[in-house]
Amino acid sequence: MSLDTVKHAAETPDVEQPWKELGLKEDEYARIREILGRRPTGAELAMYSVMWSEHCSYKSSKVHLKQFGDKVPENDAMLVGIGENAGVVDVGQGYAVTFKVESHNHPSYIEPYQGAATGVGGIVRDILAMGARPVAVVDPLRFGAADHPDTKRVLPGVVAGIGGYGNCLGLPNIGGEVVFDACYQGNPLVNAGCIGVMKHEDIHLAKASGPGNKVVLYGARTGGDGIGGVSVLASETFESTGPAKRPAVQVGDPFQEKLLIECTLEIFKEKLVAGIQDLGGAGLSCATSELASAGSGGMRVELDTVPLRDSSLSPEEILMSESQERMCAVVEPQHIERFMEICEKWDVIATVIGEVTEGSQLEIFWHGEQIVDVPPRTVAHEGPVYHRPFARPSWQDALQADDAGKLARPRSGDELKDQVLRLVGSPNQASKAWITDQYDRFVQGNTVLAMPEDAGMVRIDEESNLGVAMATDGNGRYAKLDPYTGAQLALAEAYRNVAASGAKPLAISDCLNFGSPEDPDVMWQFAEATRGLADGCLQLGTPVTGGNVSLYNQTGETAIHPTPVVAVLGVIDDVNRRTPIAFANEGQLLYLLGDTREEFGGSAWSQVVHDHLGGLPPQVDLDREKLLGEILISGSRDGMIDAAHDLSDGGLVQAVAESCLKGGNGARLVVPDGLDAFTFLFSESAGRAVVSVPRSEELRFTDMCGARGLPATRIGVVDGESIEVQGEFSLGLAELRSAHEATIPALLA
Amino acid sequence: MTARIGVVTFPGTLDDRDSLRAVRIAGAEPVPLWHRDKDLKQVDAVVLAGGFSYGDYLRAGAISRFSPVMETVIEQAKAGMPVLGICNGFQILTESHLLPGAMLRNNHLHFICREQKLRVENAETAWTADYEAGQEIQVPLKNMDGRYVADERTLDELEAEGRVAFRYLDLNPNGSLRDIAGITNAAGNVVGLMPHPEHAVEPLIGTGRTDGLGFFTSILKKLVNA
Amino acid sequence: MARVVVDVMLKPEILDPQGQAVQRALPRLGFEGIGDVRQGKRFELEVEGPVDEAALARIHEMAETFLANTVIEDFTVKVEEQSK
Repeated sequence: MSLDTVKHAAETPDVEQPWKELGLKEDEYARIREILGRRPTGAELAMYSVMWSEHCSYKSSKVHLKQFGDKVPENDAMLVGIGENAGVVDVGQGYAVTFKVESHNHPSYIEPYQGAATGVGGIVRDILAMGARPVAVVDPLRFGAADHPDTKRVLPGVVAGIGGYGNCLGLPNIGGEVVFDACYQGNPLVNAGCIGVMKHEDIHLAKASGPGNKVVLYGARTGGDGIGGVSVLASETFESTGPAKRPAVQVGDPFQEKLLIECTLEIFKEKLVAGIQDLGGAGLSCATSELASAGSGGMRVELDTVPLRDSSLSPEEILMSESQERMCAVVEPQHIERFMEICEKWDVIATVIGEVTEGSQLEIFWHGEQIVDVPPRTVAHEGPVYHRPFARPSWQDALQADDAGKLARPRSGDELKDQVLRLVGSPNQASKAWITDQYDRFVQGNTVLAMPEDAGMVRIDEESNLGVAMATDGNGRYAKLDPYTGAQLALAEAYRNVAASGAKPLAISDCLNFGSPEDPDVMWQFAEATRGLADGCLQLGTPVTGGNVSLYNQTGETAIHPTPVVAVLGVIDDVNRRTPIAFANEGQLLYLLGDTREEFGGSAWSQVVHDHLGGLPPQVDLDREKLLGEILISGSRDGMIDAAHDLSDGGLVQAVAESCLKGGNGARLVVPDGLDAFTFLFSESAGRAVVSVPRSEELRFTDMCGARGLPATRIGVVDGESIEVQGEFSLGLAELRSAHEATIPALLA
Repeated sequence: MTARIGVVTFPGTLDDRDSLRAVRIAGAEPVPLWHRDKDLKQVDAVVLAGGFSYGDYLRAGAISRFSPVMETVIEQAKAGMPVLGICNGFQILTESHLLPGAMLRNNHLHFICREQKLRVENAETAWTADYEAGQEIQVPLKNMDGRYVADERTLDELEAEGRVAFRYLDLNPNGSLRDIAGITNAAGNVVGLMPHPEHAVEPLIGTGRTDGLGFFTSILKKLVNA
Repeated sequence: MARVVVDVMLKPEILDPQGQAVQRALPRLGFEGIGDVRQGKRFELEVEGPVDEAALARIHEMAETFLANTVIEDFTVKVEEQSK
């Protein structure tokens, strides 16, 4: 086949083009022709198709995501907002932190190990591209039913992939979640988050400016990995594609990525780059068009200079390739020599593939012939925008009317105890140590808190002990019952988890996992969830710094539960003041903070005991969350609490069980006046935490809560070798431990 | 005066900064060393840190073992310079034949990261003098290829000469023969182990224990008193 | 160009959990009658120039010092194809 040059395209307007096969709609193809004033070349068509895919263009979600930029709370910490590779917040002492959560859902279903591994690699490069040293990763994961055979295929592969890649990079894995629900069968959610740290002056942005500056591609050679992966894998359900269209899986090389990280950090240190972009989905198409679009516009690329792993690749394929472990930098000519030296030191291949030009066109050449001539903004930033129809689903009212309050409750102490054991041993509530022990949480020597703590925490300055914390949360069951409230509950829980660790919540990132946007039910869920999140962030004062949307998580007509996952980042001035979850000190007093109501809709209890999902999720009171957060942070800073655990799915008894097992101590609990034992133990009312208070601090602590208006109820004491609920039951720690710890290995090992 | 302790960075080394920090916390002077340099910058001892040098491709430690820096390390170790190999560093030491045996994939085939209890069996090496023989310590363990193997004759010899320096307690995390977590050469200057003492040197970080600091104070005392 | 293949296998006395895991999976997948599985590594070397005795001796040395760790592994060297 001869080369489809710009000249040739202009001369042959009537050539049939495979726009449909590349995932473009008819009007989108027409618009490309209108923009260019001719038909696109094959290379241009490839670029537009991949950049205008749902995954890259956010064409269905954009109109809703706009709220995150419109409803920005007053927050001095924000340094770089939405739109860059990742947002950046000020954490004090001259440090800035960048963080983001992304999805790698569909690739991880097809090839669990490589899908999950390259998900880690991608998010780490995003963070690196901001100028930051990556310091920790987190992995919120969701799988089908724990006992489903496919879960046994997908989960071990995903976990091994995250470990195999992340461990080899030397990034501590400090948090995340593992959730099982039949709704994720065939559509596992593999989200990956990364935190990076830099000094304010080191922030780098993805833009190509300064005509004459060189465009350098460095890292791995380009091969046939995941060609078309972005548009095909991320934009259509598997059923509609079929195996023939399934593109090659991308394979990650964590060793190469480690070298890329060290090499890039050294390049940053010497201030050798004017702009930088990682290569992820859509590869060079994305990197060149985004860099050019965000800069002055003009860029010329000699595509045949790209180092290849497979010499038979066509120019279109090189533009589409998603080979991993590559970065693209814009470098002033006088810095090129030093840039190349550093790459050589780290055994990283680097090649000048083009330069920034005076004009406003992105021009790409293949052995001297022009194959791309486009305004880069039309590729990268001015893609299609859809106002998809949405409507409250016809079934929503019936679902909400199916109140969990009417479910049969335990009638005796023995029955309560039995249900407690079932709860803490259920796959969602059981210990995930079998999974998290496959991740290195110690590397870099700065980990203060890691799973199963409420939030992960790392020290970022050894002199001052400044640290950052992160928690990720999301509850698809709540969001299914009410997406607006469900999204706010995810936000509230992550916020609460960060505060419970002693850190002050600053900002959030989100990963919005939903079904098909072409379904008005799903689109309504999406609209409601984003509205809830934006309103919630405004109220809590925590801006959205960036994130990711994953749509089409569905099989046939059945979508996953709407699953907004929220990552909250917090800062702590002195990590010595961090609060762990463990009840480590016998004799300390246990206080329940917040109000407990009869709230069981979407609860873990309703799922484990009754396999029920209906009613309304717990109420949200974000002002209360804020107050609770302040109390937890003050209590930690002033030494009034030695342990804290947020209350969420599974309620009080789940939190107490985890804290007792971690600390190796039991607890004697008394049901407070006005509550029945069942509601006390299993309710999932939001805005609550349990804390362990030294006796000497009791008065000071209760005075503080009283003065600030936060209900604090003394519920017992850390003591003995069992959890005893007075007048109801006593449950030995050994029995509790085996129920809690045996489940996951039995299912998966 | 203090001692200069070098920490080698190979491509893919991960715990080099942690080891440098541990050296510093113990009170010695940390010196970064680079795999391409034969020059050891007049250090008095060398730490080969953990990680996945060369991605653990071929075999863990197999490619690093042929780096320029290792030429000098091997030569000096044979002449008595103290060398500590942690995790990947231990793998490099066995690949270099400075220590006997080899490391294979964990018997359960998973990466494992846990707080591991060990018994210090030999408190007379250059790196363990600050411990008591029989002392139990707890430090992080994290590896994929941590299963120590050697032929029976070698194992018997190690036992007979007191060269099993550390043994796993409570749980053998990787299937290592005779629960061996670490060994020493006959002279006691070259020590290798899979667990990570450098991750247990500060009260708040990692395990929240400082059981690993003794490795670095041991060597410092030995060098300063020499 | 000629291709020389070096096969590296764990010594028979060394436990091979990867091979065992494969063997255990076989009956589940309907493959009966396999008594043992051991997993090894295969290196394909594209040799420039003739594969004469001297070249083979070099490859032997390479296998012994680098490709295999003879503490735990055995290796074999064979010439696979020799084209003009």
